[in-house]
Amino acid sequence: MYCDECKQRPATVHVTKIINGQKHESHLCPQCAQKDQEMVSFNPSFAIPNFLAALFNLNSQIEEKILPAQSAVCSKCGLSFEQITQTGRLGCNECYSEFADKLEPLLRRVHGSGQHVGKVPLRRGGSIRQRKEIEQLRALMQQLITREEFEQAAQIRDQIRSLEQGLGG
Amino acid sequence: MGMEEILRTTASRWMEGTGNFSDVVISCRIRLARNLEGYPFPNALSETQAKQVIKEVEDAITKVPKEMGAFQFATLDDVSPLERFVLVEKHLISPQHAENPIGRAVVIKEDQSASIMVNEEDHLRIQCLLPGLNLENAWQEASQIDDMLEGSLDIAYGEKSGYLTACPTNVGTGLRASAMVHLPALVLTNQASRVLGLLPQLGLAVRGLYGEGSEAMGNLFQVSNQVTLGKTEEDILANLSAVTRQIVDKEKEARQVLLEDAREQVEDRVWRAYGLLSNARLISGQEALALLSDLRLGMDLGILSHPSPEVFSELIVITSPAHLQFFTGREMSAAARDMERAKLIRSRLS
Repeated sequence: MYCDECKQRPATVHVTKIINGQKHESHLCPQCAQKDQEMVSFNPSFAIPNFLAALFNLNSQIEEKILPAQSAVCSKCGLSFEQITQTGRLGCNECYSEFADKLEPLLRRVHGSGQHVGKVPLRRGGSIRQRKEIEQLRALMQQLITREEFEQAAQIRDQIRSLEQGLGG
Repeated sequence: MGMEEILRTTASRWMEGTGNFSDVVISCRIRLARNLEGYPFPNALSETQAKQVIKEVEDAITKVPKEMGAFQFATLDDVSPLERFVLVEKHLISPQHAENPIGRAVVIKEDQSASIMVNEEDHLRIQCLLPGLNLENAWQEASQIDDMLEGSLDIAYGEKSGYLTACPTNVGTGLRASAMVHLPALVLTNQASRVLGLLPQLGLAVRGLYGEGSEAMGNLFQVSNQVTLGKTEEDILANLSAVTRQIVDKEKEARQVLLEDAREQVEDRVWRAYGLLSNARLISGQEALALLSDLRLGMDLGILSHPSPEVFSELIVITSPAHLQFFTGREMSAAARDMERAKLIRSRLS
């Protein structure tokens, strides 16, 4: 069988692509397959992991200069940070704490922030929920104080106290 | 209702052609990424663990109160390859989910407004799809399903990073919100790339009809948020809604300009599309989509009095390759599909 592209060299690479349920088969020689790959890399779906891996690597390049290379692995899933940078995917929830230092700058670069402020799980987030509520009340109390609305601020203070007692401290 | 019936029911809730700004915003979608605490993420999951995750989710689904609606559960290897791609074309699962069925499952709400992919990139991908620009309602529905699952599943969550996901681009809220917009007038007046080109600066991404990596066809674009950490869900939705409304305004302005400056050309284009669609004997998917887009523009501008917007959304789905083969009950070559597609469109338009 000859290559579908150049029709000169023998086809040794067989590619099957399924796009929106449509199957496309192509038989290529190594040279044309290489070109095909280059075209594929323009596909945005490939670009995101690559882009991420690049961001990860940017981190490690900086760190390698400061720290000697550590081959730390996650104690839960056994994935190393190097493996994570290659795939752009973390192995488990523990990776987030195990590699927290390395992830922090990446998260800032991608999201512009490293702190979650959204939804808190209903059942498991009980104490987190209360702490967030206290934080919000504190901010409100500060606002009231600057506006010199001391009576209302005192009410909020009492509310914060009772919530804190509920948390056990 | 079983999975078979879900597959056979072509009308999904998102196709209704109703909702806010439905003449431009076809549908909107919320996707929440969640993981179970006790297992590695799906990319590092063993086959046994994958089965355990599926079992846990299946058990959690059986505990769903009746008023939340009826849900259908299926492991993906019990669904034939063709049927899996029918689910992709219905936007109930992702192409990636359909391509790798091993150790994966899907849960679908019977009115097809919500689905859960199990063991895709994350253990749970909760999805809600509604017609028009209706992100707040879609979010509430998805969040309710999330709460209900969290009632019996231990969800991976950290105070600092929020919901923990396999890919750091989803961490925090795990929320990807998107709006599918139909922008024929912006494309015709060569303004689409200018308007859509601004979106990355606003923290939004633009994709084609089938999501990540797909091309824009039929003048349909998906606009979605990029940032998932450091913003509340409400902020993310408000930002996307506001920008989508701006896009709607620009599209409507462009439609007005077309009607005022080039009425004959637009009418000609719409009627030609109608003529081709109601007479063609062979039509490719791409051509059909382009002509259906013109047809829809004609409906929205009042040039055509029928068919209804619902037919537009339904035709896009049922003329897709997997649907055509599923409903004729046989595998077909591209040429045979072109014939079947043309026949189907003719029958819907007559």
